[in-house]
Amino acid sequence: MLYRENGQFKISYRADQQIFPIVQDRWVFALLLVVAFIAVPLVAPEYLFRAVLIPFLILSLAAIGLNILVGYCGQISLGTGAFMAVGAYAAYNFTVRIDGMPLLAALLLGGLSATIFGVLFGIPSLRIKGLYLAVATLAAQFFSDWAFQRIKWLTNDSSSGSVSVPNLSVFGLPVESPVQKYLFCLMVVGVLALLAKNLVRGAIGREWMAMRDMDVAAAVIGIRPMYAKLTAFAVSSFMVGVAGALWGFVHLGSWEPAAFSIDRSFQLLFMIIIGGLGSILGSFFGAAFIVILPLVLSQIPQWFGIPISTATASHLELMIFGALIVFFLIVEPHGLARLWTIGKEKLRLWPFPH
Amino acid sequence: MGFFLETLFGGLMVGMLYSLIALGFVLIFKASGVFNFAQGAMVLFAALAMARFAEWIPAWTGLANKALVNVLAFIVACAIMIVVAWLIEKLVLGKLVNQEGITLLMATIGVTYFLEGIGQMLFGNDIYKIDIGLPKEPIFLFEKAFQGGVLVNKEDLAAAVIAAALVALLALFFQKTATGRALRAVADDHQAAQSIGIPLARIWVIVWSVAGIVALVAGIIWGSKLGVQFSLTLVALKALPVVILGGLTSIPGAIIGGLIIGVGEKLSEIYLGPFFGGGIEVWFAYVLALVFLLVRPQGLFGEKIIDRV
Amino acid sequence: MAARKIGDVILAVQNISLSFGGVKALTDISFDVREHEVRAIIGPNGAGKSSMLNCINGVYQPQQGAITFRGKTFKHMNSRQVAEMGVARTFQNLALFKGMSVLDNIMTGRNLKMKANLLQQAFRNPFGFSSAEREEIAQREQVERIIDFLEIQPYRKTPVGRMPYGLQKRVDLGRALAMEPTLLLLDEPMAGMNVEEKQDMSRFILDVNDEFGTTIVLIEHDMGVVMDISDRVVVLDYGKKIGDGSPEDVRANPDVISAYLGTAH
Repeated sequence: MLYRENGQFKISYRADQQIFPIVQDRWVFALLLVVAFIAVPLVAPEYLFRAVLIPFLILSLAAIGLNILVGYCGQISLGTGAFMAVGAYAAYNFTVRIDGMPLLAALLLGGLSATIFGVLFGIPSLRIKGLYLAVATLAAQFFSDWAFQRIKWLTNDSSSGSVSVPNLSVFGLPVESPVQKYLFCLMVVGVLALLAKNLVRGAIGREWMAMRDMDVAAAVIGIRPMYAKLTAFAVSSFMVGVAGALWGFVHLGSWEPAAFSIDRSFQLLFMIIIGGLGSILGSFFGAAFIVILPLVLSQIPQWFGIPISTATASHLELMIFGALIVFFLIVEPHGLARLWTIGKEKLRLWPFPH
Repeated sequence: MGFFLETLFGGLMVGMLYSLIALGFVLIFKASGVFNFAQGAMVLFAALAMARFAEWIPAWTGLANKALVNVLAFIVACAIMIVVAWLIEKLVLGKLVNQEGITLLMATIGVTYFLEGIGQMLFGNDIYKIDIGLPKEPIFLFEKAFQGGVLVNKEDLAAAVIAAALVALLALFFQKTATGRALRAVADDHQAAQSIGIPLARIWVIVWSVAGIVALVAGIIWGSKLGVQFSLTLVALKALPVVILGGLTSIPGAIIGGLIIGVGEKLSEIYLGPFFGGGIEVWFAYVLALVFLLVRPQGLFGEKIIDRV
Repeated sequence: MAARKIGDVILAVQNISLSFGGVKALTDISFDVREHEVRAIIGPNGAGKSSMLNCINGVYQPQQGAITFRGKTFKHMNSRQVAEMGVARTFQNLALFKGMSVLDNIMTGRNLKMKANLLQQAFRNPFGFSSAEREEIAQREQVERIIDFLEIQPYRKTPVGRMPYGLQKRVDLGRALAMEPTLLLLDEPMAGMNVEEKQDMSRFILDVNDEFGTTIVLIEHDMGVVMDISDRVVVLDYGKKIGDGSPEDVRANPDVISAYLGTAH
């Protein structure tokens, strides 16, 4: 009853092609924006910002980046942590070596540095696919782990790659308190997510998906595989790089190479599998899931009154993650995003069964 | 020169161990077309089982004879790996028949995490010893040719011999037996193999069991050398460049690839390392594999893939 | 039969030989195609018909021979070049983009015509001043015409993987038509169809040839269709050309008859 398209006739292609063609969706999104920008900062406790909202936002951005590469373009990458690291350390170098470097510029430059790195390591994708490409991306990961630890120049001569950043501000406004950090991340992630959505629903998005689904046919239509794959790596790395810079600057404040290790790469991969490959919304779902799950897991024993050691809790976490990955791949390979779409379809018919 | 030879031998020995792990990869890929990311986790799981049961069996039954205990622990560990194989087939592979490679790869990543979690939960996460009586003293070879001789580890030599025997057995199995042929058919096309009556499920259980036992052998040798601990899984990740180099479908490729990577790592660390600030063992294998991929994607002995439209 | 006057030679295939490892797929094939005509390639299974199309398209590179298109001779065709020159094709096994909707699949065919760069696409907005938005709408109009032509309007948002085979074949055709080709290569467009579907598809093919003057090269097994709609026929068998001429000539050719009825080779 509530969620029907009745009477919403599109009389132009423009109307049909909008991001939210259904009016109810637009209202919900507007409401979400109001909640995110106004309600949350007013009522949420500080812990929620630091432990949940800020990591969720930043990891969503990284997940969107990875999803563009893996979900839309079908190029598997196990080295996302490396691209985050490049973004973070590059932004750090620009901030530390150039006086008065504005925060936003540093983030963007971090992203662009990651783009260069990404395109370089994306070149192998022109010749190799699938699991072979996965191994190539692992090369990026381990190389970056080593480089940021050992090459002093990259970390401004810090030992073992630990760095920290001074107080942050943007356009004169401080980005210090959890609320300020949250709003900053919200805006950056929001803008980049919008750009990403525009790309994936446009011509380049179709090129990426064509490469994913059937690259030989794509070539015959006139799509250049090289251009499609390298742009996917470029855009993906940019988003992941900015996310990495945000992670280091805003979320952590000070970090070392281990913050961007292979575990981070797998974590991001899990996010987009569970959230939904080939879906911007799915990236958000997956990030939320992965951020919230450990917190829930650590609370459950208390609810049941059974104490478990932290070691056991972390083992359980591994098991549950593993099982969930397999579960989603079997039951709903398109992840939470598909479940969401199915839910909306059912809502359109509600209260009728079909 | 003596030092160079020592490094070379050291590299060959390490390479042999990588090959053992790579062997499991190749087996599963050859037979089911699945790239089993969980091979490393299987090595850890198997080694943990072996190590703990070698402790528990004397504790539960009072047996003191070390050789007997080890044999029993080995049998139990084998049985466990077969059960693991059966479960993986039932719960994971069987439900994902004919999905794309990337899906199966990600499923095996899920299995990796699961095995790591449950292995440590069941068997504990300390460092455990495996002692199957491999000789641990070093010996000196070629004492006449080089002053002082070349230092070689007896344990590594024994491992190399075991690995070689295992490889020969497996190569024979694949080439000469009917089951081996069936496995190769399955690797080529699941549906086609099913439609000519090859029992897919049973084949997969067999193959993953064999891979599991190979993982057990690898785990025992590595564990005997380094102790059984979580970091084994990172070592196992190194086997990926090995199969890239050797070719995903080639058993001899896994061996040669392992040797090349092992030697390459050791030599590069000694001779190239100083220019880079040390520690390049972390990525050398991968970058080598990457370069190889650009020049010859199917590896040294793998089969070329042709896309038909 | 083509309604327009058949013009000069637009495509000439000269002495093409293609092998895969030890298998010779094509041996010394030569034939030509005239503008505006409907040219059929027929032959038993495994004769090399799809391989021939793949050579024209740049999917396979022949070891010997050359292809002349619009006066320019190439030893090796590059897929993108071929597409830019106005050659489009459909596939025997329907190489559709299964993850995308019908509309998106056909839109990919417009890809060569779309000029907006990456940044323009990222900053696309409905508030005016967005060239990417205008371009999307303009291309959408062209694609909708093709959707109307092929009568698949109700399915435009359906993911292609969920559609019945016959309709998927139409989408394949639509995607090729979206490229506004001067030469259209159709690889068994009627495979697996019933009589009605074949009639529809024949009508589409002839309409394309009539309205747009598109030259058609078509691989087909159904002799009735071939005889009805083609102007000239090439016959392949075991990678060699065994017949070339009008449908009536080819039908009476004893080599062709024995190839189809099957005598010992």
